[in-house]
Amino acid sequence: MSERRPNFNPRISFIVNGERRTVEAPGMKRLLDVLREDLHLTGTKEGCGEGECGSCSVRMNGELVNSCLVPVLQAEGAEIETVEGLGTADGLHPIQKAFLECGGAQCGICTPGMLMATAQLLAVNPHPTIVEIREGLAGNLCRCTGFKRIFDSVAAAVGKMDASAKTGGAHAG
Amino acid sequence: MRGNAAAHELIAPGSLEGVLELLAGAPGEWTPIAGGTEIMVAHAAGRLREKKLVSLWGLGELRFIEASEDSIAIGAGVTFGDLRTHSGVESGAHLLAKSATWIGSIANQSRATIGGNLVNGSPAADSSPALLVYDAEVELISVRGRRRIAYSDFHTGYKRNAMAPDELLYAVHVPIRFREHKQYLRKVGTRRAMAISKMALAGTALLKAGYIGEIRLAAASLAPFPARLYKTEAALRGRLLNSETIREAQEALMDEAKPIDDIRSTAAYRSRVAANLLGEFLLDLLSAEEHQ
Repeated sequence: MSERRPNFNPRISFIVNGERRTVEAPGMKRLLDVLREDLHLTGTKEGCGEGECGSCSVRMNGELVNSCLVPVLQAEGAEIETVEGLGTADGLHPIQKAFLECGGAQCGICTPGMLMATAQLLAVNPHPTIVEIREGLAGNLCRCTGFKRIFDSVAAAVGKMDASAKTGGAHAG
Repeated sequence: MRGNAAAHELIAPGSLEGVLELLAGAPGEWTPIAGGTEIMVAHAAGRLREKKLVSLWGLGELRFIEASEDSIAIGAGVTFGDLRTHSGVESGAHLLAKSATWIGSIANQSRATIGGNLVNGSPAADSSPALLVYDAEVELISVRGRRRIAYSDFHTGYKRNAMAPDELLYAVHVPIRFREHKQYLRKVGTRRAMAISKMALAGTALLKAGYIGEIRLAAASLAPFPARLYKTEAALRGRLLNSETIREAQEALMDEAKPIDDIRSTAAYRSRVAANLLGEFLLDLLSAEEHQ
C-alpha cells in the first residue's frame, strides 16, 4: 500500500460460469463492462446504467446484482453467473425454454436480466406465488411484453424445474 | 458524459483496521464505498467528483446483526437483503424490516447497506424514518476510538453529518422497547417497487386510557434530511385522542413540514400527503383503542 499509482490496473481474479478468469482493469471499471469488453460475454445487456432497469442482472455469490453498479475490484474472488452460464443453444435451461414457449421475450434486451432474476428467485423460493414472482422481478423492466407473459413464463419454469428434478435433470436451480 | 474508470482509484485494504488507518493518514481524501448503489450511479453518469475511493465491501467486521435483551446492533455493512430476512429485526424492529423490503429491487437490496443509506444522507432515505421513531443510536469508529450519538443528531444539513473526516459509521443500535407501541410506516412513491419515495412517514405511539402517552413521528422528504417531527409530536403528547386532536395535529404537521418542489413531487403534495398519513396512523390508534 505504500506505492499507489492512479492508473495502475490491478489484476482481479474471479470465477465466471465455473471458470476462473483474471483481468487487468481499473478497480472502478463496472463489472458489466468487464464482462462485455474484457471477457466478451455480451449476453449481459446495459439498459439504464443506473440500477433501475435490471437488464444487466447477474448472480454474484448467490445473490442477484446489477452488474452496472459493481466496481470490478469488489468482484475479486467472487463466483459470478451470467446468462451464458444458464444454458446453451443446444441445452436450454428450463427457465429459457419456458420464456420461449410462453412468449416471455420480444425485443430481447431485458431477457437476460429477466432470466437471471428468475434463476435467483427460484433458487431461494422454488415455488413462488404470483405476488412473489412480481416482487422478484420488480427490478427488471420490459417495454414490450406488458409483463404478463413474463410472469406466465416464470410460473411455467417452476413446473418444468419440478419435472426436471423428478427425472434427475441436470438443472436443479 | 460517461465516467472514466481509469480516472478514479479504488483500493480495498481488506480489513476495518486498514480502512481506518487510511482515513486517519489522509483525513477527507478517501471516500468509502460499500455496495456502490449510489456512488456507481454518479460514476456512470460522469458526475463522480471523488477520485480516491476505499472499498468497504466484503468486510466481515461491518456485516453483523446482534440481538441482545434490549437492543439490536446492526453493522454498517449489513445489506437490506440481510435486514429483511432477519427474524430478530422483524420481531424487534418491524418497521425497519418493512423499510428494507421496499428499498429498490432485489438486486439493489443485495448490495445496498444500511451504513451507506445513512451516510449518503438523502432526505428520502428509506431506513431513516423507522430508525428515528425507534430512538436509534449510531456508533462511529476511527483510530481514535468509538463514540455513540443519537441518530437524530447524525444529520446536520443537506447531505451533511456529524462524522469527522477520519470516522466511519460502524453500527446502528436499535432499542427494542417499542414492541408495545402502535407502529406505523408508509412510503408514497410513483410505484410500489423501486421508486424513490415522494415522502414517507413513521410513527410509534403508546396510548393510556384514550390519552396519548409517548409518541414519536419522523418523516423522509419533508426537510433537507430525514427528521423527527417534534412540533407535531408536542401537539399530540398528553392529549385525548379524538377527531379534533387529529385535525389539530395535521395542521401542526402542515406547519412544521418544510418540503421542496423537485423532480419527484411538489412541496404542496408532500405536505398534504404527510398530513393524510398522520391521519391514517392516528385513526388506526383510535380504532385500536375503541376495540379494547
